[in-house]
Amino acid sequence: MFEAIAFYLFAFLTIAMFYITVTTSQALYALSALAAGMIFISAFFFILGADFLGAVQIIVYSGAVMALYAFGMMFFDTTRDVKEKQGNKAIIIGLSSLAALLVVVIVSAPIVGNNVEAFYPMVEGAGNTQEVGMVLFTKYLVPFEVAAVMLLVAMIAGIVLAGKKMDLSLTLMSDSELMNMKEEDKKVNV
Amino acid sequence: MEIGLNHYLVLSTILFAIGLVGVMRRKNLLMLFFATEILLNAVNISFAAISHYYGDLTGQMFAFFVIAIAASEVAVGLGLLIVWHKKHNNIDLDNMSSMRG
Amino acid sequence: MELFLYTALFSPLVGSLFAALFGASPKIKIAGIVPSALLGVSLFSSTMLLILVFTTDITLHVEMMTWIATGDLYIPFGFVVDQVSVVMMMVVTLVSTVVHVYAIGYMENDKGFNRFFSWLSAFVFSMMVLVMSDNFAGLFIGWEGVGLCSWGLIGFWYKKESATWAANEAFIMNRIADLAMLIGIFLVYWNTGTLQYYAAFTAMPSLDSAILVWMGIFLFIGAMGKSAQFPLHTWLADAMEGPTPVSALIHAATMVTAGVYLVVRASPLYDLIPSVGLFIASLGAFVALFAASMALVNRDMKRVIAYSTLSQLGYMFAAAGLGAYWVALFHLMAHAFFKALLFLGAGNVMHAMHDELDPFKMGGLNKVMKGTFVMMTVASVALAGIFPLAGFFSKDLILEVAFVENHYIIYSVLLFTAGLTAFYSFRLVALIFHGEERYKLFGIHPHEAHKFMLVAMSPLLLLAVIAGSFKMTYFEMVTKVLPELEYHIHHPITFWIMTIGTQLFVAGAILYAYKKYTSREIKVPDGTSKMENSFGYKLLINQYYIPYFYEEYLVKAYRELSDVLWTKVDQKVVDGTVDGIANILYNTGDTTRVMQSGNLSTMLKWMVAGTVALLSLAVVFGLAARYSGEIKIFLSGLGV
Repeated sequence: MFEAIAFYLFAFLTIAMFYITVTTSQALYALSALAAGMIFISAFFFILGADFLGAVQIIVYSGAVMALYAFGMMFFDTTRDVKEKQGNKAIIIGLSSLAALLVVVIVSAPIVGNNVEAFYPMVEGAGNTQEVGMVLFTKYLVPFEVAAVMLLVAMIAGIVLAGKKMDLSLTLMSDSELMNMKEEDKKVNV
Repeated sequence: MEIGLNHYLVLSTILFAIGLVGVMRRKNLLMLFFATEILLNAVNISFAAISHYYGDLTGQMFAFFVIAIAASEVAVGLGLLIVWHKKHNNIDLDNMSSMRG
Repeated sequence: MELFLYTALFSPLVGSLFAALFGASPKIKIAGIVPSALLGVSLFSSTMLLILVFTTDITLHVEMMTWIATGDLYIPFGFVVDQVSVVMMMVVTLVSTVVHVYAIGYMENDKGFNRFFSWLSAFVFSMMVLVMSDNFAGLFIGWEGVGLCSWGLIGFWYKKESATWAANEAFIMNRIADLAMLIGIFLVYWNTGTLQYYAAFTAMPSLDSAILVWMGIFLFIGAMGKSAQFPLHTWLADAMEGPTPVSALIHAATMVTAGVYLVVRASPLYDLIPSVGLFIASLGAFVALFAASMALVNRDMKRVIAYSTLSQLGYMFAAAGLGAYWVALFHLMAHAFFKALLFLGAGNVMHAMHDELDPFKMGGLNKVMKGTFVMMTVASVALAGIFPLAGFFSKDLILEVAFVENHYIIYSVLLFTAGLTAFYSFRLVALIFHGEERYKLFGIHPHEAHKFMLVAMSPLLLLAVIAGSFKMTYFEMVTKVLPELEYHIHHPITFWIMTIGTQLFVAGAILYAYKKYTSREIKVPDGTSKMENSFGYKLLINQYYIPYFYEEYLVKAYRELSDVLWTKVDQKVVDGTVDGIANILYNTGDTTRVMQSGNLSTMLKWMVAGTVALLSLAVVFGLAARYSGEIKIFLSGLGV
């Protein structure tokens, strides 16, 4: 009973948050709604008994990714409304709901899943974190390492891409210096 | 009232559809990124749910790696976005059409 | 002994490949000498095999390798040397060696010298495969090989349009006949289950006679094409566009006799169906007369000899059709010698006269070309069948066969043709070598051919004289595999009357030809004389209007049909379909190009649309799989 209440509550909250994310014209609203939605999603993970995944969700998404977005947004002018030329709304909504409908049809069809065999079954008595650790560092060790390398590469790439001219302090520059820099940038980039 | 696997799958589908709407509707690249995050999270829910209902940890592993990929995607994507913004002073999708066939 | 077999078979191939190495380079003498030497080797090996077969009666049978083995079909590359094939091998290698050596001199000023020897040796190889194969499939390979080489050699001077036309004509006519031959081979395989001669012929007597008749007819149509029998005869005269050594080797001595060889080879089959045999004999007799009549008036030296070849082939078929296979083979051999000699002599004359072919423009050449004169006269005497030269024995034998078998119509036709043969042969000799020296009018200074060419021809001269005396030994040898039928006219008086009568008739024809064509009144015909305007002359000089008929009613009709098919079917339907497909692709590309606007948002929309399409497919297929039973019932109700 408690599970059902929690599910419907969080389902409603998540859908609402994400709806705000895709519809609002304020970047800051969108960001905040997204972060809230992420946290609500971690609630599902806890309900499903995937405690470790829930924790990772909060730390990585709501912590790291959102922080990254927040810092990224500082580069852009986020205070003004995001002006977007809107296309045909009917197509967008139609396509999305059609896709959703089809997936629902597919998942609500009787799934031939009764004979699915668990490759890495849950271990009785062990906590979720322990289980995850056991599987992650045995069967999924190589993908785990690859993921680590990928993250490293992504980090370096992010620094290299975004970090040009980081040695210049824009806040300490005078306006004329800023203008000059912009002109030069334009010349270089044309 | 028992919550079954299908409940989670339908929820995941709805979230995914919302993500799709965002992907198609958004012209601002940053907002587009938000929408893709929604897509990834929608899928993660179904992974975790399937993992739970079949008693198999593989689903959680997948969700785990999806999160890792999402994180690196954000890092690289934001970097590119900043470079683009420096260059063109906007991040509007309609201005990017160098791939015109 | 297998070594000799392989040497005899493959040394021409080696020679051909050797000459082909120089195919694109300018004339080099070694490209002619090496193939000739290798043919000498082949001749030597054949001789050794002949001695072996003759002295020990061994039949060599080797299987070089498996060619096709699938299911019940088993065809090896097998070769057999028995009494029949060894005779053919001797004829082929001997004549081709002579022709090769001769051609070194004849072609010495030709740009395509190397190419010529490559083709010529390739021809000999194909011919050896044809005669040595122990099954119908191998025979067919050789059969097509000689056809191809014949095409290449007739059209050797490919810059001359008439040469290429003649080459194509020969090739196409042979293809028509080869189709029938192929059907015949299929019939053999279908009904006997094998293509090996021995096994197939053993199985034949138990077959239905109607099937045997069809087999015999189809195989004979193949033989008709290769041996240029009526109505597929027109290509042989046109094939004289090729170099003269080619005419001597291919279109007189060897390839055109392949049809006779096939009938002889298939003698167990034709023995079972005497009605087809009678048809072959009648056709042979008809062609003998028909071709001889065209030779009477023709004004092209080589064509006259070609018609005479045609006529002699008719003799051979007449003999073979009457069941006297060994007689046919004997005439084939004798004919190969003197006809090749005649052609090579004609080649000398042509060289001397700077490629002039009209004998009316020659005359009196015996003073400058003694050697050639002697050779051509002897060859003509042999062709006419005067005792004791080769032609007498073989041709007289055919007449006897017809007489003994009580086919008096065939006999009289052949006898009359013998007179015509003598007449036109000596018409040619008289016009070329005797009488006024008309060539002086045209400012030509004739000269005798190279000494070594005459020496090369001498073996043929010798054989043309003495080949007849081998008759009995030959008879003993080949009748080991062929039906042993002796033809004797039992009443000695009848025999003598016939023999002497025939001789007198032929001699009279020769004398008449001499008298008519050595006279001083002979001029170069200019189309005004009374004879030239007579109906008979026109009929003959136009080859009974058969080429005209083919051109007018077959070729033109075919061309018009092709035109219609081209403009209507090919351009509208076939091209239309292909172009339509291309246009659909182009238009699809042009219209879908709009999708590639470069706008990421649009692309994402398309991506989602694609996802939706795939999902719907998944649903449809899922439903179809779920309800497959019901769908099947529904479809069967619709009658699908």
